Amino acid sequence: MRDFDYIRPATIPDAIAAAAEPGSAYLAGGTNLLDLMKGGITSPERIVDITRLPELNRIERLDDGGLRIGALVRNADLAHDAAFAKAYPAVAEALLSGASAQLRNAATVGGNLLQRTRCSYFHDTASACNKREPGAGCDALGGENRLHAVLGWSDACIATHPSDFCVPLVALDAVVEIEGKKGRRHVTLAEFHLLPGETPQRENALEPGDLIVAVRLPAEAASFAANARYLKVRERTSYAFAVVSAAAALVVDGGKIRAARLALGGVAAKPWRARSAEAVLLGADANAATFASAADAALADASPSGDNAFKIELARRIVVRALISALAGTPERMPALPASPFSNIPGARHDA
Amino acid sequence: MTSLPITLTINGHRHKLEVDPRVTLLDLLRERLDLTGTKKGCDRGQCGACTVLVDGKRINSCLALAVSQDGANVLTIEGVAHGEELHPVQAAFIAHDGFQCGFCTPGQIMSTLGLIAEGQAGDDPERIREGLSGNICRCAAYGGIVEAIVEAQEKLATADRRTAA
Repeated sequence: MRDFDYIRPATIPDAIAAAAEPGSAYLAGGTNLLDLMKGGITSPERIVDITRLPELNRIERLDDGGLRIGALVRNADLAHDAAFAKAYPAVAEALLSGASAQLRNAATVGGNLLQRTRCSYFHDTASACNKREPGAGCDALGGENRLHAVLGWSDACIATHPSDFCVPLVALDAVVEIEGKKGRRHVTLAEFHLLPGETPQRENALEPGDLIVAVRLPAEAASFAANARYLKVRERTSYAFAVVSAAAALVVDGGKIRAARLALGGVAAKPWRARSAEAVLLGADANAATFASAADAALADASPSGDNAFKIELARRIVVRALISALAGTPERMPALPASPFSNIPGARHDA
Repeated sequence: MTSLPITLTINGHRHKLEVDPRVTLLDLLRERLDLTGTKKGCDRGQCGACTVLVDGKRINSCLALAVSQDGANVLTIEGVAHGEELHPVQAAFIAHDGFQCGFCTPGQIMSTLGLIAEGQAGDDPERIREGLSGNICRCAAYGGIVEAIVEAQEKLATADRRTAA
């Protein structure tokens, strides 16, 4: 690991001033940053440890019915907060389907939004990667790319965003609260992550020094509590990143869909909100035919970026499955294997 | 970079240390303090061999900078037994043949202590398997480990009831 200066500011303005200097990186849980530093993928000259900043580790109910989650709240603490899991079950399920218990105990809400891609060419410093080294080219194009993006990719980058947490968050209209040199601002999560275009090194809306201080869920997000699921297909049943995932949330009344939210993970450089599918669902009968039409709409613009055409069909099926699961109702207790499709098949246990 | 002063309580003992900011908690334990029970497996947060409890919660010590843990209370495998008397989790691992080679076992035991403290798994084998999925080993002792955890939890619960009575 390359040498770096380490500072631990006591106030948010001090942290922002320090991190605005070129070569700086914020450190919170460290689960992704240290991994990248050990691999030589990133080599910050200055680490700004924000773990002691005050008041960023709270979960607050807002007067308008919304929720404000401090950026330093640990993933495990949020997922196991009983009131949180009851109001936003798909978010808790997504959190618990990600990583391992050890990592969830360290990783933070703010850090989760800033996870770097798991593209193997990004992680291999001997490979060309436009994200790691702008202008270098992309060895993932034409390489081992069966897990790469099928939506929103460009000739410069076909990497996917790895977060589970962000998928139901973007479906529920989460907002990122950011403090920067010019003060505080709010950016919707849908606009926070950027598609690669010609500048895949630019992954989000943060400017130098900008600090994520909280993630907000609007009051309406809790209205989906009774019918919300997250489903994740991975190459083993636990502790793996999503090949494809989906968050589905419905409000159903008399067999009609009164409100619908849908987002996909593992398919693009950002958590993918499927608004065209939501338009199909809204007002329609809650049945398999509607869900199939919604899945077609969600993947209408998809195209393979390599050997990954299978992900398009897989994503369609996961969307249908997530919607069927959401319609069936949120489980009273978190499944033993959160977000696993195997949890939903009676008699089909993962160890059978 | 000059070293920075930190204080850590490790297995009940207070240590005042000067550390290079690049040193992980794992390397500090093993290389500076000779607490080599905590193992360096993948060194990238994937295998769980480096699991320790920090302020009662299990984490991967390979992905924690020691300097960032200033003031923390750390429990390693060396601090689990009471003198010569094994912790019920350690005894259950032996009784159920849950020991793998010495590389993975300390992390498995520390992770088990974390799992029990979290109170999420109970005696459901499926939840125990998921809860221990951050500890990976190819030695096929997983079945014995699950049995050991079920038994250890029963013994700990019985001991709690006796204490309460």
